[in-house]
Amino acid sequence: MSTFIERLWEIGPQMISATPHAQELGIKFVAVDKNRATMSLPYNPALIGDKKTGVIHGGAVTTLLDQASGLAAMAGFNGLAPIATLSLRIDYMRAADPDTTIIGEAHCYKATKHVAFIRALAHDGDEEMPIATAQACFMITGPLIQMPDTNEAYTIDATQNASQDMSQKGKPS
Amino acid sequence: MSQMSHDDIKRILEDMPYVQTLGIEPHFIDTKFTLILPYKRENIGNPTLPALHGGGIGGFMEVAAIAQIMLENPPKKNDARFPKPIGINIDYLRRGNPVLTYARAQIFKKGSRVANVRVRAWQDSFDTPIAALTGHFLLAKLHAENDDA
Repeated sequence: MSTFIERLWEIGPQMISATPHAQELGIKFVAVDKNRATMSLPYNPALIGDKKTGVIHGGAVTTLLDQASGLAAMAGFNGLAPIATLSLRIDYMRAADPDTTIIGEAHCYKATKHVAFIRALAHDGDEEMPIATAQACFMITGPLIQMPDTNEAYTIDATQNASQDMSQKGKPS
Repeated sequence: MSQMSHDDIKRILEDMPYVQTLGIEPHFIDTKFTLILPYKRENIGNPTLPALHGGGIGGFMEVAAIAQIMLENPPKKNDARFPKPIGINIDYLRRGNPVLTYARAQIFKKGSRVANVRVRAWQDSFDTPIAALTGHFLLAKLHAENDDA
């Protein structure tokens, strides 16, 4: 019997490999947990926004945060459903340093029946030095397949499955 | 007001590899500066529908905003720097079908350091936009110096 979180650990990498635009940019799945998802974008010269600085274009950061937020929304809905981005707000705090991997962390802090509310952060290793922050709304666009064994399994899974990557993410923020 | 020519803006966009990766082309349609995003498989976000990636559409509109600022504020020297996004809001209004997409930007307000820009992206008809962007962009120094105000 696989729990919802275990299922999400399968869906996360599948989501990336099945998304041509995520492949094109080089987005990687990192981790998923209850209401949370993390993805990364390794430095890619094809995504530069200004040849003179070598800084990655804001649009690529937008895509990373959108992708991570989408998986966090799925995690927040407690089930599997087709979803669509309704709105996305991004604040750019600083340019991403060339040659560094950008990490996108998304947290679904509230999900109603049809809408998930997400906060996301892009950084390159230090969360205190964000590259960008985002706020997004996602909506369910098709039937939701409710996952059976939820709450109990979460606690077990959060400690077992995700302890290495997401150890400090279990706390509510 | 002096504007850049099609060749000028094309040359400037060549300094943005991200623009080439998405496949964005600058055009003037009915004398209005318009960016075109031809359909290609690499820009798909949902292959089952199929639909364009929301992040890609967002990036496309960001480029449209930056290009519009460059177009209306031609840099004096060759070493043009791009305006930087500060905060942007993207609304997704319709599914991005796997067809050609247009984007057109309008500078709502330009100050000495910051410009507020609004962008519309559409496919079949200008009146049925698939997405909209509004955002503040930090003007590069050269642009700011060009400001008459």
